[in-house]
Amino acid sequence: MTLLRTLFKTKGEAISFAAFAFLILLVLPLALPVFRLNLVGKYLSYGFVAVGLVLLWGRCGILSLGQGVFFGLGGYCMAMFLKLEASDPVTTAIQSTPGIPDFMDWNQVTALPGFWEPFKSLWFTAGAVFVVPGMIAFLIGWAMFRRRVGGVYFAIITQAMALILSLGIDGNQGYTGGRNGITDLRTLWGWDIRSEDAQFKLYFCCCLLLLAVCLLGKYVINTRFGRVLMAVRDQEERVRFSGYDVAMIRTFVFTVAAMMAGLGGALFVLQVGFMSPSLIGIVPSIELVIFAAVGGRLSVVGAVLGCLLVNAGKSAFSEAYPDLWLYLMGGTFIAVVMFFPDGLAGLFGKPSGAGAKLTKFLSKFRPSLMGAAVTPTQITPLNK
Amino acid sequence: MFSQYTTEELYNIFLMQCFSGLSLFSVLLLMGLGLALIFGQMGVINMAHGEFMALGAYTVYFCSSMTEQYAPSLGPYYFVFAIGIAFAICALVGALVEFLMIRHLYHRPLDTLLATWGLSLIMQQTYRSLFGAREVTPTLPDWLMGSFNIKEGLDIPINGVFVLCLALAVTLVLMVFMYKSKFGLRLRATVQNRKMSGAVGINTGKVDRLAFSLGCGIAGIAGAAFTTIGSTGPDSGSRYIVDAFLVVVFGGAANLLGSVASAFGIAQAQSILEFFLDGTKGKVATLLVIVIALMFRPQGLFPSKVRGH
Repeated sequence: MTLLRTLFKTKGEAISFAAFAFLILLVLPLALPVFRLNLVGKYLSYGFVAVGLVLLWGRCGILSLGQGVFFGLGGYCMAMFLKLEASDPVTTAIQSTPGIPDFMDWNQVTALPGFWEPFKSLWFTAGAVFVVPGMIAFLIGWAMFRRRVGGVYFAIITQAMALILSLGIDGNQGYTGGRNGITDLRTLWGWDIRSEDAQFKLYFCCCLLLLAVCLLGKYVINTRFGRVLMAVRDQEERVRFSGYDVAMIRTFVFTVAAMMAGLGGALFVLQVGFMSPSLIGIVPSIELVIFAAVGGRLSVVGAVLGCLLVNAGKSAFSEAYPDLWLYLMGGTFIAVVMFFPDGLAGLFGKPSGAGAKLTKFLSKFRPSLMGAAVTPTQITPLNK
Repeated sequence: MFSQYTTEELYNIFLMQCFSGLSLFSVLLLMGLGLALIFGQMGVINMAHGEFMALGAYTVYFCSSMTEQYAPSLGPYYFVFAIGIAFAICALVGALVEFLMIRHLYHRPLDTLLATWGLSLIMQQTYRSLFGAREVTPTLPDWLMGSFNIKEGLDIPINGVFVLCLALAVTLVLMVFMYKSKFGLRLRATVQNRKMSGAVGINTGKVDRLAFSLGCGIAGIAGAAFTTIGSTGPDSGSRYIVDAFLVVVFGGAANLLGSVASAFGIAQAQSILEFFLDGTKGKVATLLVIVIALMFRPQGLFPSKVRGH
């Protein structure tokens, strides 16, 4: 009971979480064919990053434009394991060096590079999905937060990291698969992940893990630590003077967010079946921030729903009007940032919040409209 | 690895890479100056800065095709005017953007970064709809073509020299403007202490708008310079944006001389390493060195000594 109280501060929170679980576990699987469900699963794997961003950006005030890096690292760990399983000596017998991934053979690499070796083990891979992004995030976070780098600087340096990683993978084709990425992934321990049955099961796997991560996020937010996070966001100096180690708190949140992103990346690869540098560069990293912003940067469930909505909109709209989509996306983003900084979740949370701000903003341009809206009786027909 | 070259050839290649580094330096410098101005003024990084550069480049292209169609006799001279027009158009659009968007977000610098990214999406798509997805190149006047032949095996292209001179001239004008003019004085005062500047009668809102539109205008000149060394596509600007950010951050934000030094360092390192390490590896190495350097020295090479904002 105490745990439940910690997880859900208000009834509203519990209801919205339950409704969300109901939606992804029951409604969507019943309503959608497996192909569409697989797409939803893909969007939900971005949700892991969004939960991390809620903790990191919404609650702690650190904007990272490099979450794609961690998403990609987790994804690449998983993809490397799957690729090694897909390139056993029998199926790759026609290559000049059988037993290594096909793209290595095409690039005249004759032996499996050392850093690929441990990825033959599923257990190592499962650990690496968390540890690799976590460790890198810890090192970067520790180096930067200890020197009190924050705000715009941090955003830019993390963005440069996204560029470095995507270029680095792109440029080392023999070892990483280059621009095409790691493709043609088939089985997980002999289980064909491309079959409809597997995709159905993987979807539920993804949902359950996502719900667990959401609960973890809610737990972090609603405990005392969550309050310290907000204090760091709003009054960094006071928290420091009260004896808290602000750098360590930020590093911790950054690391947790990176691990969540890594898990999301791994599930993305399992469901989509490939990984490429185009999914982890600058643009995808910013898009992840957009998903969280549209859904609501303060709300765990809101941010995940943001991923679903924006991506669903993207597939529906960009198929029909590819030209208009970018206008809509850019416009939505500007509108969200300017008028609804708390995203869609903020609209439901505080009835007087965002809506009132919009009216106030519009009233600057058309004062008469505002007056009319407040006292409708004053409106008189012009031509009687 | 380099056994197929003689020492002299390697030396010449090194010199030519240095020179192509100077062209990159010019574009990065022009981009960085505008960004540094905006960043120093408002603590905001304008993510649409690359698109303002592309706007300048497209303006030159538009002027070029108009001249060809209606006044072919002006061909040799149009380019000089096109640079001015590119500056004016970018500065105007910049002022408009500041008025409609940026000024409402001053107290939330991170959000400005995101909103300007939304703007960059819209601008890119506009270019795609207006000019098509293919890259375009304006017809350059003859006097920009060709190259100086210094000695056997060593050619210095004229357009590179022109772009370099243009970048240095803009830097010089901006410096004079910042440190000798009334507006520069007001701008520096606002950067140092916004409230106090307001109290002594400086219209800080107006200063902000002018600074933003000036920064965008300089991005327009960067775009004009860019057309002489490369072709322009809808996403040309975004290709340089991270480099330009790093120039500003690495040079020490709000420090113009720092931006010049870091633009030079980054451009040269990239251009020389690109040959000796091959394409992307050179770029990755440069970026890595900068990011690691920033972790040890987050205030950049030449931090400005102003405290408190």
